[in-house]
Parts: sequence; C-alpha cells; structure tokens
Amino acid sequence: MNLSFHQMADPMHQFEVQKLFDLQVAGFDLSFTNAAFYMLVSVALIIIFFGLAASRGKLIPSRSQSIAEIGYGFVANMVRSTAGEEGLKFFPFVFTLFFFVFFANMIGMVPYAFTTTSHLVVTGALALLVISIVIVYGLFKNGLKFFKLFAPSGAPFLIYFLLVPIEVVSFIARPITLALRLFANMLAGHIMLKLFATFAAQLFAAAIAGTALLGVVGVLAFTMGVALNALELLVAGLQAYIFAILTCVYLNDALHPSH
Amino acid sequence: MYFLSLAAPAAHGEAAGGAAFPPFDPWHFPSQLFWLAILFGALYLALSRFILPKLGGVIESREDTIADSLDEAARLNEQSKEAKQQQDLALAEARAKARETADKARAKVEAEIAAETAKVDGELAERLAEAESRIQTMRTEAMSNVEQIATNATQAMLGRLGIAVNEAEARQAVARNTQQEG
Repeated sequence: MNLSFHQMADPMHQFEVQKLFDLQVAGFDLSFTNAAFYMLVSVALIIIFFGLAASRGKLIPSRSQSIAEIGYGFVANMVRSTAGEEGLKFFPFVFTLFFFVFFANMIGMVPYAFTTTSHLVVTGALALLVISIVIVYGLFKNGLKFFKLFAPSGAPFLIYFLLVPIEVVSFIARPITLALRLFANMLAGHIMLKLFATFAAQLFAAAIAGTALLGVVGVLAFTMGVALNALELLVAGLQAYIFAILTCVYLNDALHPSH
Repeated sequence: MYFLSLAAPAAHGEAAGGAAFPPFDPWHFPSQLFWLAILFGALYLALSRFILPKLGGVIESREDTIADSLDEAARLNEQSKEAKQQQDLALAEARAKARETADKARAKVEAEIAAETAKVDGELAERLAEAESRIQTMRTEAMSNVEQIATNATQAMLGRLGIAVNEAEARQAVARNTQQEG
C-alpha cells in the first residue's frame, strides 16, 4: 500500500511519458504516448469546437459560435495591434499556436490529464518554429535589410560596437525564453498543485489515523491547493496569451525590421 | 510515517532506474517531436484551409448584413423625411388654395351684394323721386284746387251776403290773402 502511495504522491509522476502504442521507424522511437494522446485530444477539441462554429455559421450566433467568434476576433486583434495589417497573413499560424497552447494548458488543469506543454521538447519545438518563421520570412521579405534589426538606426557610431552584440544576444535569447517561460510555468505550477494536494491528503489521512491537530494543517494545505488551482487556471490562459503575443511581436520584427 | 513518504519520491524515481526528471528523459523526444509535427501541422491545415476562412466569412457576412440593414434604415428614414416634407408642402399648398378659394368666393359674394344693393338703392331712389314728383304735382294741383275752392267759396259767401263779385275779383282777393299769409 505504501509503495502505490509513493507513486501517487510523486509530483514528477504526472510528467512521465508512457507508451500507448509502440512505433519504431528507421531506428527512431515514434511510439504513440500519453503525451501524444493529450496533444491529439486538444487538437481534436479545437477542430470540433471551431469547426462546428464555422460550419453552422449562423447569422445570429449560438453561444458556442459566439465564443468561437470572440476567440477569432481576439487573436485577429492581437495580431493586428502588434504586427499591423500585414501581420494578418500570419493570423492562421498565431491562431493555431495560441489555441494549441491554450487547450493544452487547460486540458492539463484536468486532474490526471497529461500537460503537453510541460515538456521542454514541445515548447522548444514551437519556439524554434516561431523563430524560424521570423528569420526565414524576415530574410525573404527584407533581404539583408533584415539585419537592421540588430543595428537600430539613430545611435552614435561607437555605440554600435556595444549595441549590435546586445541585440544579437537578445535575439538569440528569444526562442530560449519563449520555450522556457511556458515550460517552466506549466511544470512548476503542476508540481505545486500535486504537492499541495498530496500534502493535504496525507495530513487528512494522519488526522484520521489519530493526530487530530494535523487535520487543521491539512485544511490550510487544502485551501492553498484550491487557491493554487485558481492561480494555475489564470497562468494557463496567461501563458498561452504571452506565447502568442510574443510570437506576434517577433513576427512584427520580421515584417518591419527597422523598428 | 506519512510525512516520511514526502521525501520518498525522488528516491523512488532513481530506484526505478529512469532519469529523475521526466521532461528531460531523452527517449521520448523523437516521439514527442513526431507527433507534435503531425498534430500541429494537421491543426494548422484544418484551421487555415477550412475553419478560419469560413469563420471569418461568417463574421464578415454578419457585419455586411448589419451595415446593409443600417444603410437600408437610413435610406428609409431619408425617404420618410422626404415624404413628410412633401406632405407638408402639399398641405401648405392646399391650405393656400383653400384660402384663395374662400377669398374669391367672399369677394364674389360681396360684389354681388354691393351690386344688388346699388341696384335696389337706385330703384328706390327712382321710385322716391317719382313719388316726390307725384306728390309735388298733386300738391300744386291741390293748391290750385284750394284756390279755386276758396274763390268759389268767397264768391258763394259774398253772393249770400248780396254782393256780387265776378270770379276774377274773388280769385284776386284770395290770392292776396294767401300771399299775405304765406
């Protein structure tokens, strides 16, 4: 009994990737895992939710269609306000990114569900995708003028020796911070949730076993757990928003590199 | 005893032989990247090709409908304003026409009355003059008759008294007396 309890209490257990179907291709282990499954769930939910809203497409929208349209307008406004009208060509990408992360984060809030975005591989891949698009599109559209990004005009000549390395480092830091921010937030948040939940459960068990005073601490831990749940819901939405809006800001640099 | 178990997880992870920190366990990296690429790609395709254009179209068509309805309302409003203006105009015209007709009718009636009055006045004056002249002739006739009667009466009275006077003398005497009186 104690062993199974250990497994349940392990705050890292929720991040473990487990194979559901084995799949080996050319020496790579491409097994369908629980991580892939929850990724599939969020993708399916997004397609169903927005697909239904779009296919009904009523002039006077139902509630769910209204919510889908608010989501559409929200992302469209975000892209327009940070990257301008030209940024709208990236609207489908930002939309996909935002709702992929948002749904993954929210599904992660369901107890026992796997949080796709709590893995650095996933957030890192998304961040690299974003920065690759910025670099490729920036070079494609602006040619060498894209490198003006690293040398903002209007500074005295000598300052550039200092300014350019700083700009280069800050540009390289972008995908790293983009990936780490989301990953660390989701990881830390879920560890905290698990810790407080198991802590409360253990304290209640101890109280039932006889040490009544521990029950009082258990109530405190439980209250903290509830508050953390609310906080994590906020973080889940906020981090998706931050990921998407930073993507827009970086895309804006690709569209208009000379600040 | 339960408290001790809090410290246990880390030991358990290491004891299981895997890495202690699952997100950095490299065995699942290819699988994660593979499924992320497929699923994210599928989601992007589904959204950008089918769902988002349709959703955007729905929103746009709603905005168009609203704009059209507003335009239509503005047009109808304009139309009603115009109709009201026209009605006011027609009303004013009708009123002016009515006044004109009434004035004309009144003027006509007044003219008729004046003409009638003048005609009647003229007739009356004519008849009055006629009557007056008749009275005058009657009076002069009567006056001449009175003189005759007075002459005759004087002759007759003097005859009774035994004084014979002829008619011319008697008339003279009467005329003298009436002239003295008159």
